Amino acid sequence: MSANKSKVAVNNSRRAFLSKTASTAGMITIAPGVLLHQVANAKPDDQPISEKVRWGMLIDTNKCEKGCTDCIDACNAEHSLTDNGRPESDTQYIRKVTLRDKSTGHELSLPLMCQHCETAPCVDVCPTGASFTRKDGIALVDKHICIGCRYCMMACPYKARSFVHEAVKNQTLSAPRGKGTVESCTMCVHRVDKGETPACVEACSKGMHDAMIFGDLNDPNSKISKSLAQYGGKQLRADLQLNTAVRYRGI
Amino acid sequence: MTNRFLRITFLLVGLGLLYPVLGSADTPKPVIHEPEGEGVKCVHPEEEMKRNHMNYILHQRDDTMYDGIRTEKHSLANCIDCHVQPGKDGKIASIETEEHFCKGCHEYAAVTIDCFECHADRPQKFINRGGKNNASLQQDLQTMLSAGTASGDQ
Repeated sequence: MSANKSKVAVNNSRRAFLSKTASTAGMITIAPGVLLHQVANAKPDDQPISEKVRWGMLIDTNKCEKGCTDCIDACNAEHSLTDNGRPESDTQYIRKVTLRDKSTGHELSLPLMCQHCETAPCVDVCPTGASFTRKDGIALVDKHICIGCRYCMMACPYKARSFVHEAVKNQTLSAPRGKGTVESCTMCVHRVDKGETPACVEACSKGMHDAMIFGDLNDPNSKISKSLAQYGGKQLRADLQLNTAVRYRGI
Repeated sequence: MTNRFLRITFLLVGLGLLYPVLGSADTPKPVIHEPEGEGVKCVHPEEEMKRNHMNYILHQRDDTMYDGIRTEKHSLANCIDCHVQPGKDGKIASIETEEHFCKGCHEYAAVTIDCFECHADRPQKFINRGGKNNASLQQDLQTMLSAGTASGDQ
């Protein structure tokens, strides 16, 4: 137990050191701030994830352009989500939702994906334990034990999950997916474990929209925490008390 | 006399005693398509891997899934990276054909593998990314080509 504690302490100091050096180096050389973050949060491959981290996303709906699908395109490419021409049943990790205020006519657009709830309804209802949340708060489906009952799809208040109806070919190496299982946004867990940011966030900043911030909600010094502290952010359906990891501003 | 000879032959066949004479003495072996290149060593000795590769992969699977441990040594991706390479004709074998490293043995032993219903059966660089993007690229190329020929004619 004490050995564990000391290990964590070492990691923390290294993280602080890395984030300092990375930010000073980054100020001079690298333009997008996203890259700095990648270096700061890199976890060694052989180390397990820690519950001290809670990955989250902040989406600024004021910056999210109506009709822009940069995040969705990047997501589709990253996970090789194929389009079978059947939008009712084809997998969607991210949906673009348009909200219209009837009284003013004001419209806003936002990307809606798995909200990575702390107390996730999908995990509650899963009969096999395939739905689970990782220690760092990312909600996933263990497709090895998913039986495709789709109970989680019924339970999710955000309609975030999809069922794979048809055989899949040419999957990417890092995003295995196949017929008969349920899937949803993984917050690009394969990238996050390497210290990178999710594909949608990267695409959004590459497209000069900067509507999405990714980071550690538990770290008060992270960009996302600072931004949330300064300008705030709302959870969708906060009344359900799910403590979602994806927050929205401007709704 | 003939009758007796036949009877004895059938008896011998029945006992399997004529097998060395009539058929091949060796049990057929699976054809395993090894990766090219000398000096390439697997992460464990061959005998160990033959018996226990599934345990290593299974253990790593759960470590990766739940704890985010992404070491390469026992990862399926690492197996595939080394063991699945294009043949002499430059083509890469898919899991549906016996030329695939895994399929050769598994077909022989009649052990079904589910891995590749979800996981990629070849290294990333050999994955043909079909779908919409590829089609639109093809279309772009076609328009460019037709535009090129049109201007050439003028």
